[in-house]
Amino acid sequence: MTTPVTLVAVSAGLSEPSSTRLLADRLADAARRRLAEGGRPVEVRVIELRELAVDIANNLVTGFPGPELRAALEAVAGADGLIAVTPVFSASYSGLFKSFFDVVDKDALAGTPVLIAATGGTARHSLALEHAMRPLFAYLRAVVAPTAVYAASEDWGGTGDGLTATLPSRIARAGGELADLVGARPAPAAAAEAVTPFEEQLAALRPE
Amino acid sequence: MQFGIFTVGDVTPDPTTGRTPSEHERITAMTTIALKAEEVGLDVFATGEHHNPPFVPSSPTTMLGWIAARTERLILSTSTTLITTNDPVKIAEDFAMLQHLAGGRVDLMLGRGNTGPVYPWFGQDIRQGIPLAIENYALLHRLWREDVVDWEGRFRTPLQGFTSTPRPLDGVPPFVWHGSIRSPEIAEQAAYYGDGFFANNIFWPKEHFQRLISLYRERYAHYGHGTPEQAVVGLGGQIFMRKRSQDAVREFRPYFDNAPVYGHGPSLEQFTAETPLTVGSPQEVIDKTLAFRDYFGDYQRQLFLVDHAGLPLKTVLEQLDMLGEILPVLREEFARDRPADVPDAPTHASLVARRDEPTATEVTR
Repeated sequence: MTTPVTLVAVSAGLSEPSSTRLLADRLADAARRRLAEGGRPVEVRVIELRELAVDIANNLVTGFPGPELRAALEAVAGADGLIAVTPVFSASYSGLFKSFFDVVDKDALAGTPVLIAATGGTARHSLALEHAMRPLFAYLRAVVAPTAVYAASEDWGGTGDGLTATLPSRIARAGGELADLVGARPAPAAAAEAVTPFEEQLAALRPE
Repeated sequence: MQFGIFTVGDVTPDPTTGRTPSEHERITAMTTIALKAEEVGLDVFATGEHHNPPFVPSSPTTMLGWIAARTERLILSTSTTLITTNDPVKIAEDFAMLQHLAGGRVDLMLGRGNTGPVYPWFGQDIRQGIPLAIENYALLHRLWREDVVDWEGRFRTPLQGFTSTPRPLDGVPPFVWHGSIRSPEIAEQAAYYGDGFFANNIFWPKEHFQRLISLYRERYAHYGHGTPEQAVVGLGGQIFMRKRSQDAVREFRPYFDNAPVYGHGPSLEQFTAETPLTVGSPQEVIDKTLAFRDYFGDYQRQLFLVDHAGLPLKTVLEQLDMLGEILPVLREEFARDRPADVPDAPTHASLVARRDEPTATEVTR
């Protein structure tokens, strides 16, 4: 019995319905299909940051998450693969998106495959994925898939221009890359809270 | 079981009047609160140490010395003494002197501090916080136990033939608690030495502190100081009481909403549900405090924060009167079903007695 692969999609879309959420769903679906081809059952959980906006602000103020935010943070930390999607605001990820990842433990995503994606009104902001999103997840020591998906408004109706891949083909490629990274990842070892014995802590301080 | 109060020493405007006390008013309020603590029957008064506004207690042993001269029973302590940025030699001297002046009614809680710039202001590097805490305490521990110390470390000038004076009262150093909000290394340090471990238990949910305390208890036993249940645990807590619960909530809400640390965040209701803060009737305070024992095991010291966020002195003194009224119930309830082999918090007298106990080999001889 294969344990299901857990994919968590974090969407920082603000409207309802939201194209950011739509993109997150599409990406999750593409990854799920590729994993299913390899016989891996998949569970997808979508986290809408809009619903956690006040909890995230409270966490910033008090230093600890309320129950719903804590559940979301645990889901992200426990995910086999993460899909992170934000609208582009003022040339970067949205403040809500960044605030959420500000309260994620800095080690929680180490080694986790992550697919990054963004939405915006115009394709001219697409490099926000490369100059903002990718460095953020590099800092968190996540394994970021090579293809990052940007969906401008026009992409939802476009068929490509012969030189640029259409949105569906980019989604399929990115989802496939995430699935391959997740599939190649060894099962995580049970992490125990390791304490360095005190003698070792003392010995490390002895003068040469 | 000891009960007491700990103070941060913040100068905060009273949000209901907009008035900010002067530093002098706040300092005299703190000492008035300490005297009141003894009057209502509390066991411990502890002051924080800070080196930046809006906090006033930069010189804890000076303040505690004044209080010592005007009290009879109160144990004087700190919450916390900065083991990272104070010279351990000066800590050894200051607290030994205080011990002599207070007739032994002294212990201290070591912490790393929570204000980043204090490290550079005192010539240290914050990235070395844990190593500083470990090395400085290792030296402090020796200075109180060895009359002549030769020492060399990473962070301080070496010592050759150094004697810290005065020597601890009766040759018995003050008991040390190690305070930590998040570091397992500090729980490990407290366990190694058989010292006390204090969990601030104020701002975060209990699950966080349960992990740290169970680690400390387990390592305390590992190092052979006793069973996990015999480890010496202290907890913080934060209360505001009025006879009627709704009066407590109504009166405390503006202070909560504007408190420097957690104000302008979650509601009072959310915060009381998720953290140990109790705002309500005396019975609610009793119930919530007693529940700490279910979460953390039988413990030795309970300190309450009662004087922050701009609460006026008069209100704080009323809080202490009410705390004094519920103390007999708290003492009785905490004593109920407490196993006989769970010790009380060490005091100077108990430490002197323990030192004078014949050792096992002497008994058999």
